[in-house]
Amino acid sequence: MEEKENLITVNIDGQDLQVPPGTNMVEAAAMLGKEIPHYCYHPKLTIAGNCRMCLVELGMPGRDRATGEPMVNEDGTPKIMWMPGPAIGCGTKAAPGMHIKTDSPKALESREAVTEFLLINHPLDCPICDQAGECTLQEFSSSHGRGYSRFIEQKNVKPKRTRLGPRVTLDDERCVLCSRCIRFCDEVAGDSVLGFTDRGSYSTLTCFPGKELANNYSLNTVDICPVGALTSTDFRFKMRVWFLKETNSIDFETSVGVNTVVSAREGTIYRVKPRRNDEVNDTWMPDSGRELYKQVESGDRLKKCAINSVEASATDAIAKASEWLQGGGVAIVGSGQCSVEEQFALRAISDGIGAKGVYLVARYGEDDGILMSVDRNPNVRGALMTGLVNDLPDEQLGELGAKIDSGEVTTVFSVKEDLVAGGLTEDQVGKVKIVYLGTHENATSSRADVLIAGLTQFEKSGTVINQQFRLQKFSRVVPGPGGAIEDLYALATIQANLSGESYPSTIGSIWKQVGTEGSVFEGISFQSLSDQGQLLDGSAFERLLFREGKSLHFEPKKEAVAAD
Amino acid sequence: MSIVIKRKPLNFLEKLYLPEIARGLSTTFKKIWEKPVTLEYPEQRPTIPEGYRGVPTLVKDPEGREKCVSCQLCEFVCPPKAIRITPGEIPEGSEYAHVEKGPQEFEIDMLRCIYCGMCQEVCPEEAIWLQNQFSLSGYSREELVNNKEKLYELGGTLPDEHFKWKKKKEAAEHGSGH
Repeated sequence: MEEKENLITVNIDGQDLQVPPGTNMVEAAAMLGKEIPHYCYHPKLTIAGNCRMCLVELGMPGRDRATGEPMVNEDGTPKIMWMPGPAIGCGTKAAPGMHIKTDSPKALESREAVTEFLLINHPLDCPICDQAGECTLQEFSSSHGRGYSRFIEQKNVKPKRTRLGPRVTLDDERCVLCSRCIRFCDEVAGDSVLGFTDRGSYSTLTCFPGKELANNYSLNTVDICPVGALTSTDFRFKMRVWFLKETNSIDFETSVGVNTVVSAREGTIYRVKPRRNDEVNDTWMPDSGRELYKQVESGDRLKKCAINSVEASATDAIAKASEWLQGGGVAIVGSGQCSVEEQFALRAISDGIGAKGVYLVARYGEDDGILMSVDRNPNVRGALMTGLVNDLPDEQLGELGAKIDSGEVTTVFSVKEDLVAGGLTEDQVGKVKIVYLGTHENATSSRADVLIAGLTQFEKSGTVINQQFRLQKFSRVVPGPGGAIEDLYALATIQANLSGESYPSTIGSIWKQVGTEGSVFEGISFQSLSDQGQLLDGSAFERLLFREGKSLHFEPKKEAVAAD
Repeated sequence: MSIVIKRKPLNFLEKLYLPEIARGLSTTFKKIWEKPVTLEYPEQRPTIPEGYRGVPTLVKDPEGREKCVSCQLCEFVCPPKAIRITPGEIPEGSEYAHVEKGPQEFEIDMLRCIYCGMCQEVCPEEAIWLQNQFSLSGYSREELVNNKEKLYELGGTLPDEHFKWKKKKEAAEHGSGH
């Protein structure tokens, strides 16, 4: 936090405002709820100042040249010396006594002039442009445009439908040369592949020779493109944005917990975009996380519950599962893919039946130092904080395999985890009864004696805990398939059947138990949790050797030690 | 409060009865020789005035290019949600590849359509027109959902002089002078 005395007073359109040093005028005006239109300025990138859209009138308190005394008006207020030409808001940092006018005739005239120049060569593509509806050029053209064209010469022709990389398509005619994408690749992705060739109005965005925009952050350039020049090849021409309903979610790909917003229309998801969270992911997300929505409608989706491979209703499957879990010799395989609520309910089940062991399967991948952490489970810390497990999980279920071989475990209840992929042999899997709660077909689902079809992250609400021990919530985007049942409801019903007492089966009600006094979640409820998440006290787990390395907003507490 | 309206008393001629019969019959005989104002529908059809809002149709330009670029503005504006478009990309090898986008499927549910003409008003490409067909019938609900093929069959060609996309293609072939 900035200290009070460090704040600088500036005056915007006659209103005094105190801002921290280094604040530029676009941000300062935003604090007052005023929008200074801009294209090239982005809060998370360096300032280029090349679009000239944010021109404002700028003045400073005058000083007498002879004496150096501050000049004052007749009423004693400081005399403001206004500069003859306008200045760009994004490149103007707050200085004591600075005055700006964002809506004076000169500022408005400047914007109109800039808009007219930008529209000279811009194609009339709005009916086919995917950006239409969320295009700043479209918005500012209607607020600052002339409404007709004075340009009688031939418009520039530039390449359309250019492939920049595997996921990005470029339409050069629509480009306003703001250079946000170039700065993003240089500064955030660390993969300088984009640049401008030619000069003046012939300037063209292109990849360097022999390179392509293929890094795992390439689609962020599409998000920050203020116009429709960079388009996502996946989303291109799929749906107009004004039909899409947006729901806040979390990227389940890694333990970073990137905040996302998922757009859907009538039960079909069309795209996933990052959501700004300055403590976690700024305004970025990896490309791989944007593909996750495809799991919802993938061909191997489990859509019906089954008992002994015969289709059954969810109620029957849950009843049968409860019956078998009462039998003793039960081991539970939980998952770092589950929400905190599900892990909490699963812990209640394991405590109730005296499980022979609770296991998680760890997934580790490459660390890229930005938003992909080593831990590819979104919620291992949730399993620790709910007490489902006490130690970091292994990548293999070796211990469980040994218990199956010794005959100690006769039934395995697996939630979301494929036992064969987790390292059990076909032989071991064949020896035990399997109750499986999952979303997609795999070796375990095909062998499961009781199969409960669950929901993906896009079809349910819940919370996860990321690598910073930040509790973040995600919400239901689309309804699940007809035969599937909500995971939390299935677990809660099993627990109710086992214990003979009622158990909360909805997000709102289970948080009354999760957030009870004395727990680490004390005082939190699902409704009150903000979209920016809430940091929890993870000091109890400092002894554990988490493998995550440094990423965008995360410093590992201990040196990441390879445990093996 | 009730108002009593007094009936006007009949005058002498009206009381006589016969003169009034003759007056009525004279009107009848006068109209027999005049041109009738009714039509023997459906054998005879009325002339449809210009600007009539009949069944919405899709049109092609004089070169046979489908004008719709599937911007989905009509789908958005349609008050009874009768329009449903599946957008698609025009493949690179096509004659109209420079247009880039066109409808894969275009359906108008005529059981929902209220003939308001908002779709025609909103269309930036002048591709959807309410033309002069006004009478529709069918044996099932499915029959009354006009698909893309049917809509082009109903719509035909619109003689317009814009050739916006053709000019654009010519400009691209001409180059930017750079």
